[in-house]
Amino acid sequence: MSIADALADAGAKPAGKRPYFFANPEVERVLAVTMAVVQELAVTRARLDTLERVLEAQGGLDRAQIERFEPGAEAAAERGLWLQEYLSRVLRIVQQEAEAATATGDVASEDVAVELRD
Amino acid sequence: MTGRVNEGPIQAYDGPPDYRKVGRHGVFPEMSHDEIERLNVLAQLNRHLSTRVIPGVKQAYETRVLPAFEKANGRAPEDRHEVRKALLKDPAYQTWSALRRLTMEQRQQAGRWTTLRQAEELAAKAAALNAGRDRLELDPALPIPRYVSAVDHHCMPGSYHVERFEGDVSGGANYDHGGFATTGGLLGRFSDGGGQAVVRWVQRRLPDFKPRRILDIGATVGHSALPIAQAFPDAEVVAIDVGGPMLRYAAARAASLGVENIRFVQADGADLSRFESESFDWVQTTMFLHELSLASMKAIFAESRRVLAPGGVVLHVEQPQYAPTMPLFEQAMRDWDAFYNNEPFWSTLHEIDLDARMVEAGFKAEELIHDGVTAVVDREVFPDAADDDSEDYGRKAAWRVIGARKSQ
Repeated sequence: MSIADALADAGAKPAGKRPYFFANPEVERVLAVTMAVVQELAVTRARLDTLERVLEAQGGLDRAQIERFEPGAEAAAERGLWLQEYLSRVLRIVQQEAEAATATGDVASEDVAVELRD
Repeated sequence: MTGRVNEGPIQAYDGPPDYRKVGRHGVFPEMSHDEIERLNVLAQLNRHLSTRVIPGVKQAYETRVLPAFEKANGRAPEDRHEVRKALLKDPAYQTWSALRRLTMEQRQQAGRWTTLRQAEELAAKAAALNAGRDRLELDPALPIPRYVSAVDHHCMPGSYHVERFEGDVSGGANYDHGGFATTGGLLGRFSDGGGQAVVRWVQRRLPDFKPRRILDIGATVGHSALPIAQAFPDAEVVAIDVGGPMLRYAAARAASLGVENIRFVQADGADLSRFESESFDWVQTTMFLHELSLASMKAIFAESRRVLAPGGVVLHVEQPQYAPTMPLFEQAMRDWDAFYNNEPFWSTLHEIDLDARMVEAGFKAEELIHDGVTAVVDREVFPDAADDDSEDYGRKAAWRVIGARKSQ
């Protein structure tokens, strides 16, 4: 299995038609790209965190140490909590739309502008 | 806001364990730091969807979808399909569905990259572990049933059966090491919480039961069969599946973990003619029925009873059935996997009368068994499904047992 084969096939489509949920497939396409970026940014953030902890502990850098890194309970909790906070940040719009669904008396600033002018 | 002081991460943390808690063995794939973190992100993302996004979907149903349906139709929805079709028009459900589908696709891409880049090495490791042990019996001519070949279950390209080259185990390795992302560790280090739950149930409910031969149907990589073999070391376990790459990997995994009393055979549960009648004391399936077809399920039920010895038990572990008492919203949410995660039989399975099907297969009504089980995990490290009040509509490790004990 060459690297080129693995690269090409890792993202292979499973058998079966893919469902789309939004009226515009374009929106879903952009969301798919966005969520992949979300994932990779989190991976990068985790790697940096590892790097910092390893450097702090050793005062030097040994690349193999990053591959072997095992967070203790405290670090695992910190990292898990960071991910929860991060996902909440990225998916802010979902939370806000849910809150908007039950908000009462919400008005648009544009309308208030008119109201305050008259 | 509770007004509680922020006590820092370790006191506040409630979520999936770090991936590195996963149990490894001789054919487990090598994983780089970033490959591990990719699965950590997905475990957290699944958790976020079930705890933070699904409540918004439920709220949207109650405040928008249901009132709109009732207004348009002058009545309440009659079944889960009407509910799902109404939900499909709502942005909250669309958003959750799109994100959930993406987590499945991203999990496959992550796991396939890890395993395909080292496919030859994994095949060599499996071959070395399986050499000279006589614990693996493959049948490359075995027809792959339509329910496996039509769509790739849970968006897993190649499903359980596609082999990329002679001796390939990459599908098994992908299935084994990536499950943590989907379950968030709810099945424990070796993903064997289901098998352990069955063992605990049998030991408690049938303390006099001393099985000599056990058949596990739809075994994949042995997640559920291995804990059974370990708990009953005097028994011989036969684990069957239609997928060759899964069984190759499963046999190597069992060898590496030192489990000797188990054999892996490539066979279809709908045709157990290779086994004599009344030759097993226990026939087990775990989260398997929902991936079948009605015809294959009927055949598997009948064959399971035929190979069962008097006094023996057949146990099927599954997500709960859609009882009339289950709210239609919950039924519609549980149906998601059937339509959008390539598990086409899921919806049908959960509505049919399983008792009637067991009786049709030859069991008497008074022989039937029903109970609930939750995954058994190391609670020091893993969340316990029994304590978990989040609702993921079909992913949670809280199952039902439907089974029968054959009269003496």
